Amino acid sequence: MNLFLETLIGGLLAGTMYSLVAIGFVLIYKASGVFNFAQGSILLFAALTFVTLLEKGLPFVAALAVTIAILILGAIVIERTVLRPLANRSPMTLFMATLGLSYVVEGAAQGIMGAQVHALDLGIEDVPIFLGDVLISQFDLVAATTAVALALILALLFNNTRIGISLRAVADDTRAALSVGINLNRIWQIVWAVAGIVGLVAGMLWGARQGIQFSLSLVVLKALPVLIIGGFTSIGGAIAGGLIVGAAENLAETYVGPYIGGGITPWFPYFLAIAFLYIRPAGLFGERALERV
Amino acid sequence: MKRLLLTALLAASVATTALVPPSAFADSKEQYVPLPTYRVGPYASSGTLWWAGTLDYFRYINEVEGGVNGVKLKVEEFETEWSPDRTVEVYERVKNGKDGAPVAFFFTHGTPASYALIEKGAADKIPLIDPAGGRTESTDGTVFPYAFPLLFNYFSQASVGINYIAQKEGGFDKLKGKKIVTVYHDSAYGRETQAAVELLAKKYGFENYQIPVADPGNEQSPQWRQVREIKPDWVFLRTWGVSTPVAIKTAQRFGIPADHIIGDVWAGSEADVIPAGAAAKGYQALAPYPGGASFEIHDRLRKTILDTGKSDLKDKKFFGAVYYNIGLINAVLAVEALRAGQAKFGNKPLNGEEGRWGFEHLTIDDARLKQIGFYGLLQPIKLTPSDHEGGGAARIQQWDGEKWVLVTDWIQADRDTLRPLIEAKSAAYAKEHNITPRSPTAEN
Repeated sequence: MNLFLETLIGGLLAGTMYSLVAIGFVLIYKASGVFNFAQGSILLFAALTFVTLLEKGLPFVAALAVTIAILILGAIVIERTVLRPLANRSPMTLFMATLGLSYVVEGAAQGIMGAQVHALDLGIEDVPIFLGDVLISQFDLVAATTAVALALILALLFNNTRIGISLRAVADDTRAALSVGINLNRIWQIVWAVAGIVGLVAGMLWGARQGIQFSLSLVVLKALPVLIIGGFTSIGGAIAGGLIVGAAENLAETYVGPYIGGGITPWFPYFLAIAFLYIRPAGLFGERALERV
Repeated sequence: MKRLLLTALLAASVATTALVPPSAFADSKEQYVPLPTYRVGPYASSGTLWWAGTLDYFRYINEVEGGVNGVKLKVEEFETEWSPDRTVEVYERVKNGKDGAPVAFFFTHGTPASYALIEKGAADKIPLIDPAGGRTESTDGTVFPYAFPLLFNYFSQASVGINYIAQKEGGFDKLKGKKIVTVYHDSAYGRETQAAVELLAKKYGFENYQIPVADPGNEQSPQWRQVREIKPDWVFLRTWGVSTPVAIKTAQRFGIPADHIIGDVWAGSEADVIPAGAAAKGYQALAPYPGGASFEIHDRLRKTILDTGKSDLKDKKFFGAVYYNIGLINAVLAVEALRAGQAKFGNKPLNGEEGRWGFEHLTIDDARLKQIGFYGLLQPIKLTPSDHEGGGAARIQQWDGEKWVLVTDWIQADRDTLRPLIEAKSAAYAKEHNITPRSPTAEN
């Protein structure tokens, strides 16, 4: 029973790390209907910039502030050079543009800051806490708290600020939002900047665990099943999806893995996502698309 | 009219080039050395240092020693991002040499690529070189004349790991009843030691547990929870890339002491331990390629390449890093094999068949190691037509929190125990592919 509880709790906490990555996708999808393939590269770029600045001797807060400033600048550049020229094109065109963008961002990150592995110490001890006989990771607890805090901040931003309401209007009906004078270009800049900052937070936490290096951009592979299960348009869905994926893959690896050769964590969440697609194609919290035909 | 004339001239020049027989080009004084590399992508952090070591040594040979017995090395890189399909494409493009300069060997730079190319290399008579990697049974050169899992094949890696554990426990008799868990990258590379560990477990009586980590391995709690349940005496860590620092950190969280984890060759570089921070202190790893810049060759390179601004290293602090030294060692093995081949065929660029002869008669003893500046960094090595490994030893290095420290001399693998297993596997391959093994003494 202890093993089951420990696996379940550990899985739920690990799942929030996946949610953090998924939230970045949700933000951009909500605002533009585009699946941003470049989110992983942006996450890598953000974390690599932050750690490079730290290594150059900048204090933690200054490095964070400069990185955020660079991400905001990057969002403006992306909007002007990639998104604006492709406005009113099909979602597939925009998706392909983000695919190309991911290579540019990855290349720029490694070209400017090098390909070497960097250690990142956030001062969070990765030592276990015991609740009775159940082992819980202190690092995962901090990551989970961060994910929940981030989700709350974003919910406040969406519901209580003028920018947030404009963003929701664009997400609901872009043409109607334009007709009442909402500046779509500015909204895209804001949403890409916020997605970049979310990527930075995710990159810092994942980077503290595995080091900051190219493979950080691959953590987005964990976000895809989370998005399918939770829905592409809901931040709450991203949290729920992350919890489900984290718990399911941990339990599956522990109880099913030994009977089928083990190493099943990469594909099991996708198996689960396919099952969800049969039952709820829009995900648990996603918006169901209604189209007049 | 002008365009027509230009087109006609172009067509005539192409036709003339095509009609020139290949022998007209075959008077190059250069040895073509194509290198499939990965400076971008998931494994760039290791690749950039590796190629720096290789290129620096080749540059040293060309510019300081005037080539290999006067034959300059014409090195060309091809970016593959460690993707086997791209490596195969590179191989197809370069196997016939360039501008008359022949290919004597082809570094595959990865076990998956070695598997993918093994039949092509044999058909084209191009030696495929994969030090500390490759297909283990290709150690048997009677069945695999053109494949070289040089220096330290996977079975030897398992054996040296077990031998070191026995040394730490106070003898092989003390291994009986011990629990040894292998946590491995779930790939051809990761699974390659399973048969050897199983054989050694039967021989010495330890309990053998195998736990896979699927690529990329950035979340390993379930695996290390299983390890903790087993309560192992030792862990043999056979991961790669990001899965190594994650393993070391997760192991610490589950109470597995770092000094009871022994990493294999590909889990024993700076890039594997630095991201793990304090959790990696005490972690040990097999080192056929020890880290450090205090060997004689480093002094020579520092003077002639590094300090003269000719190094391929972007950041000098990585001079002597494990991956840099891997590049150096692989390069010197290639150069010494060329010298061996030239001793028979003359001081000229060698083709694939001559390159194979060179590798199969490669002998580097302690005296030669001292001459070339690799004493202590490279083990003595002697290949034969039936033994394409030739070494089978490693030192053990331990991470002290800042750098690798060598804690043993060369530990030899139990090759006599492992050879029948290699021969059984190579015989099965020969049967499956209708290969008649050649006589090991036929081509001396």
